[in-house]
Order: sequence, then C-alpha cells, then structure tokens
Amino acid sequence: MTKILAVDDSASMRQMVSFTLKGAGYEVVEAADGKLALEQAKKQQFDLVLSDVNMPVMDGITLVKELRALSNYKFTPILMLTTESAGDKKMEGKQAGATGWLVKPFNPDQLLATIKKVL
Amino acid sequence: MSIDLSQFHQVFFEESLEGLDVMESALLNLDTENCDSETINEIFRAAHSIKGGSGTFGFSTVAEFTHVIETLLDQIRAGDRRIEPAHVELFLKSVDCIRQMIKSLEAGDAVEMSDANDLKSKFQAILDGKELAAAAPVPASTAPTAPASVSDTDAGSSGGAKTWHIYFKPDGDVLKTGNEPSRMFRELEDMGVATVVVDTADLPGIGVIDPETCYLKWNITLVADVEKAQIEEVFEWVIDEAELRIEEVAQVAVTENPEQNGAKPSSVKQSKVEPSDIVQTTVQSPVAEVSVSPAPSQAISAPAAKEPAAQAAPAAKKAEKNKTEVSSIRVGIDKVDSLINMVGELVITQSMLGELSRDFDISKLPKLLEGLEQLSQNTRELQESVMRIRMLPISFTFSRFPRLVHDLSKTMGKKIELKLLGEQTELDKTVMEKIGDPMVHLVRNSLDHGIEMPEDRIKAGKSDTGLITLNAYHQGGNIVIQIIDDGKGLDKEKILRKAVEKGLVGESDKLSDEQICDLIFKPGFSTADQVTDISGRGVGMDVVRRNIQELNGSVEVESFTGKGSTFTIRLPLTLAILDGQLVSAGEHTYILPLISIIESIQTNMDMVHRVAGGCDVLRLRSEYVPIIRLYDIFNIKPESYNLEESLLVVVEGDNMKVALVVDDLLAQQQVVIKSLEENYKRVEGVSGATILGDGTVALILDISGLIKLAGVRKDEYKKVKQGGDEAA
Repeated sequence: MTKILAVDDSASMRQMVSFTLKGAGYEVVEAADGKLALEQAKKQQFDLVLSDVNMPVMDGITLVKELRALSNYKFTPILMLTTESAGDKKMEGKQAGATGWLVKPFNPDQLLATIKKVL
Repeated sequence: MSIDLSQFHQVFFEESLEGLDVMESALLNLDTENCDSETINEIFRAAHSIKGGSGTFGFSTVAEFTHVIETLLDQIRAGDRRIEPAHVELFLKSVDCIRQMIKSLEAGDAVEMSDANDLKSKFQAILDGKELAAAAPVPASTAPTAPASVSDTDAGSSGGAKTWHIYFKPDGDVLKTGNEPSRMFRELEDMGVATVVVDTADLPGIGVIDPETCYLKWNITLVADVEKAQIEEVFEWVIDEAELRIEEVAQVAVTENPEQNGAKPSSVKQSKVEPSDIVQTTVQSPVAEVSVSPAPSQAISAPAAKEPAAQAAPAAKKAEKNKTEVSSIRVGIDKVDSLINMVGELVITQSMLGELSRDFDISKLPKLLEGLEQLSQNTRELQESVMRIRMLPISFTFSRFPRLVHDLSKTMGKKIELKLLGEQTELDKTVMEKIGDPMVHLVRNSLDHGIEMPEDRIKAGKSDTGLITLNAYHQGGNIVIQIIDDGKGLDKEKILRKAVEKGLVGESDKLSDEQICDLIFKPGFSTADQVTDISGRGVGMDVVRRNIQELNGSVEVESFTGKGSTFTIRLPLTLAILDGQLVSAGEHTYILPLISIIESIQTNMDMVHRVAGGCDVLRLRSEYVPIIRLYDIFNIKPESYNLEESLLVVVEGDNMKVALVVDDLLAQQQVVIKSLEENYKRVEGVSGATILGDGTVALILDISGLIKLAGVRKDEYKKVKQGGDEAA
C-alpha cells in the first residue's frame, strides 16, 4: 500500500489530511513537526511526504533539505502545503528540493487530485 | 468523494483558541524596542495556522481577517517593517476579535463583523503606508482561493476542443525534486488526446551520462477542451526552471473573431497529424508566444469562485446549533503511560488471584489476603491516575490575567504589577473552566477597589506600582487559590454603615472584623462611590460566592486597612469525587456534601418556634433557621416524628442556613458522583447518586434544591428573621 507521511503542526489540518488520504486507501503516518517527521522517515520508507512549511522545532524547508540528503528520499515526491501569501516560500521550498506544493486552503478533493499527480 | 469537514471543526476551534493564547502572551512579552525574532515567529506561526485552518474548513471571514494580520506580521518578520507599540495594541485587539469570531462559529452564531472590519481597515491603512505599499503580497479583499478554482472558472467559459502544441524542456535536475515528466504527460492524457514525442538530441554518450540528470525534451500535441491555465497547472511545479512553450494551434469552437487568431476550421482533424506538421503550423501561426510568468502569485486570483459556498456555511451551522458540545482534553503522555502501567499491575494481580482460586484451601488464606490487599492498592492507584488525566495546571486560567491587568491598568491609569505563583498546581478541567469567571471578577475588583492611584500610594508611603499576586497551591484534598493585593484594604466602617442601611445587620449588632468583611458577599451589596465599568455594579460578590459554592468550594476575604486584601478560594480538586456525610432517614441513606454542613445538633422543643405560614424555625443562638424535614420532602417514613429524638443538621446553601431533620449521622467518606441526569432524569433536590460499599445506591442531596422544594423563600426567611429579631 502507498505510504504517505503527513506533517503539520496543526492537529486539525493533520486530521483532515490523514482522514482524506486514509479514506482514499492510502496508509498515512502523521508528524507534528519536521524533526518528528524526519525520525519517521528514517524508520520506514514513504512514497510521498506532505509537509506544512511553518512549523516549530524544524520547519518544512529544513525538512525537505534533510530528506533529500538521505539516499532513499532522493527522488521521493515531497509536496509543501503553503499559503498563497508565502510566494517566496514556494521558491525556497523548490530550491530545497520539494517536488511541488498545494496551496492552503484546499479541500479534500483538491488534495486527492494533487496527490494523484505524483503517485 | 465528499468528506464532511465539520468533523474536524472542534479540533480546529480548540487549536485556534490555544493559538490565540500563544499569540496573546507572546504579544504581551514583546519588547518593541528590542524585538526578538523568535517571538515574532511564534506570533506569526499562530496567525498563519489559524488562517490556514479557517480557510480549509470554510470559515472565510476568519481567514480573510487573519490574512491581513499575517501580512503585516510577515513584513515585520522579514525585517521590512519595524514593530511599533501601536501595532502591538492592534494585534492584541485582533486576538480578541478572532477569539470572538471563533467562539461565535463554535456556538453556531452569526459572526459579528463590525469590529473585524474596523480593525481590518486599520491594518490596511498601515499596510498601504507609504514605505511599503507595493510590498503587500495580496490585497486583503481577496479571499484565499486555491488555484484549482481558477481552472474551474475558466473551464466554464470554454467551449469545444482546442489543439495545443507544447514544447517542454525540463531542467536537468528535475528528477532530484521528485518530479517525473511522465506523470505530467499522464495528466495531459487525462485532459484529452495527447501525442508525446521525445527529443533525445541532447542525450550524451553512455560513458558520460549522469543517471540522475534529465537530458530529454518533449514535443506534445494535445487536443482537449482546456484553457492554457489548465495546461500550465500541470507544469506548475517545474515551470520556473523549465523551458515551456504552450501555443494554441487552432480553434474548433466558434469564436467571435476567428480570423484574429488565424484559426482554421478544419483543425479538429489535426489531432492525429505528425509532430513535424504541427511545428510547421506553429511557425505559420500568428499566435504570439506565451511567456510564462515566474511569479507564483499569478495562479492566485479569481476570488469569486468560493464565495457562495462560504456564505451558505453559516446557515448550515445554525441548524446544528443544538448538537451537544463534545470537548476534548490534551493529556501528557506520561499520564497515559502511568495509566497503562497501572492496568498492567492490575492484570498481574488478577492473574495471581485467579491462580490462587484454582485449588484453594484454607492454608492459602494469607496469600489470598495479600492478593486482595494488592488489588485494593492497584485500584486506588488506578483511580488516582485516571483522576490525574482530567487535571490541568492552573496556568491555563492564570494565563488570561496578564492581558486583563495590562488593559485595565491602562484604562484606570494605575501602575500594577502582576505576580503569578504556583502556576503548575493542577486541578480538574471542569473546575478550571468554571473558576475563570469568578477569578476575573475578583481580580477586577482588586484592581478597581483595592489598588490605589499612584499618587495616593506614594502619599501612603508605598511604591507607586501596586502588586497583585495570584497564588495557587494544594492543601489536603483541595486547591487553594489566592488573589492578594497590596492596596488600601476594605473600608470596614463603610461596609458596616452600608449593611445597616440595607438592613442586612442590626445597628446594635456587634460584628467581628471577619464577619464585616464577609458582608461584601451578601446580595445587593456595593460600596463603590461611583459605579465604574470595571466593577462595582453591586451584582458581583454574591454571584462570585454562589458560583464557587456551586463547585462545592468556598471563598473568604481577609483584609488589613492600608495593607491590602486577600481573597482565598478553596475548591475540591475534582467534581467527580465528593467528601460526603452519610445520613439516614427511615430506611434510606442520603449523602450531604461535607462542605455545606455547619453543625449538627440535638434539639429540645424550647428551641423550636412555629411561625405563621407553617414553617418551623430553630432558634440557634442569635439566629432563626428554617427547619426542613427530609421525610416530608422525600415522602418516607422516619424512625421518629419527634424532633427531640431526631438530629438536626444545619447546612448552608444559596446564602442561607437551614436545619435538615434526619434520623442519624453515619460515616463520612469520599463518594464518586454518578450523574442522575445521564442515567435517569433530573430530580429537584438531588444533585447525583453514588454506590455505597454494600452495593446500595444513595442519593446526594442538593441543599439549594431542597430549600426550593421545602418552599422556604428568601423573603419569607427574612420575615422569619425579622420576627426573630423582634422576639429577641
């Protein structure tokens, strides 16, 4: 089964993403910040990482850099969950190695449509 | 696929309110002179999360409002703008405003927008300020909208299939970002008929090829009923680094000016033409080459698409208003661990006892007793652990006071320092929620009536800054919360004068200082010369005391003229367990909250008087106390109808004393409260039930309910009292 790592410091967003993806038949692991996400990613191989940008402890951009430095996440799709006002964040994310982004606010259908783009 | 987003609303509300608390305390700690970037980040993150969540869950009003705040915060964070004290005040007001919005949404009420709009225009004015007019990324009026809706709107206006030629040469590093060109082509195929032709011209020799680099480029012909924006969206993530040209070859649909585009009516058949032909067509076509803007914000416009849905939302919420509120609690993992540990031990004890029972003979009795002892210890520990889950540090309540004191001292022109002690003291979540308002009242009261103006303080030989201390600590099975000020103290003479005026005490009554101070908790009592909007409407202290009593707690005041006052609140640690006094009436056992009992006495008929209206009163020293016969109220048969053979338990509830007639006092014990409402229905005079050690059910009595049931009205009680005074 396709495994997705969902990273967001907001519990409601995490729940929404996780619920939507599980409903669509994906296996989902949640993490509340970049550091926890990295720990999870080292424990098991994910097919896709969805990460918020603004998070305490370790932000999304740093997470992408750290993941790309791992040999088994070199080509794994990593999508950033950003808001439209953070245009420069998208570029920063891209430079760090993110595959793409999904603009908040998004609804479950948009989330699934975007995920299908990379899986 | 449709998912009901409302199931996540409660979590969103809770985390937003928490986020607002974080924002608030960070704002209050913020030193505008020496701005700490981590604090700004913290504030920004909280605002950002609220905005993201509210947008996602369809609360567009909150999202729009937060967006403006976030924009300003972002500029401050990026160092484009200095934070000023005025900003902080504005942010604090916004925190209140958002909190109000969230609470309205939570309650399913319409969101009051006038404050928000007011603040929004103030923020907009700052954002539009000369130095940074162009820096504001998106106008505030634009609702945050996902790019997907751009294509939705566009799709509506298109008609018929179009033929597109796409030239795509990705960056060599495209694969290293996890992007895969073949997936993009798959997406194009989903739109219509796509012919993808790869160009391998740039591919180096096998010896020097880097397997992680992409050397390929593609020519694609797409026949589909799509707009250019939709095609761009497919390449959205790689657009900035790639070479991408999207050109419309010809149009099938009837456009108003077909000649303008040089469209050929026959082009529908071109869907199967060779790529070389297409290239030729493209060359001949007068269609201008499309330049792709690197600005990421380009994809975001079209605010209209989402609006109707967002407006419909409040109406839908209204309908749900009556659904029961489910609140959740965050529990530290250590508490859950200890619980699991406890259960583990319980299982071990259980299996040990099970083993013992298999072939039991009397020689194993000591072992059995040991096991049972262990079981009871496990149970006790388990109960404590479970109780601890509901416990939260009182800092949750304390945290709202720095802001309150900050705002109020500003309004009143007083200098006040707030000191918080014992913030980690834990108490039950329900108790915590209910103690907040009474505490706010007491703190306001100390600020308004207790602490003097700076000049008066200096005259009195004190520092010009007043000190209010909030202190919390555990004492026995209670939590004690103190509100201490170093102000002028209660004016006892004035209180006494007022009480006499209002007829609360007789002129000749000799009252101790303690009793005088206690008068401020009487209904309708206020000594404020001027009613301010801070406190002093005369509907305060009695309500405070009643609310605290409802929690089975008590409040007292101690005051020294010129030195200040100390309000002490005592509360049980939890509402789930009660210190009870078991009493018997006939064959039944009832439980009285221990805290409500003043004394128990045996009486003789000399002390009992009958007054008009049929109510018996007990003369208790200088007071007359109405007598309530439990057997009358519950319609049971007592051991004796003779008052001299019964016991009178004097209890206090609803600010008055009554004497309950019972047969006997039994044990005192902690009882676990079971709700009658949940298991049966609400019964007047009974606040709950519990199961006693022998398995029988005992009702827990509610004193104020009993007073109502017995028909002792306060005015009657007063009459009784006055009658008593005359008699005395």
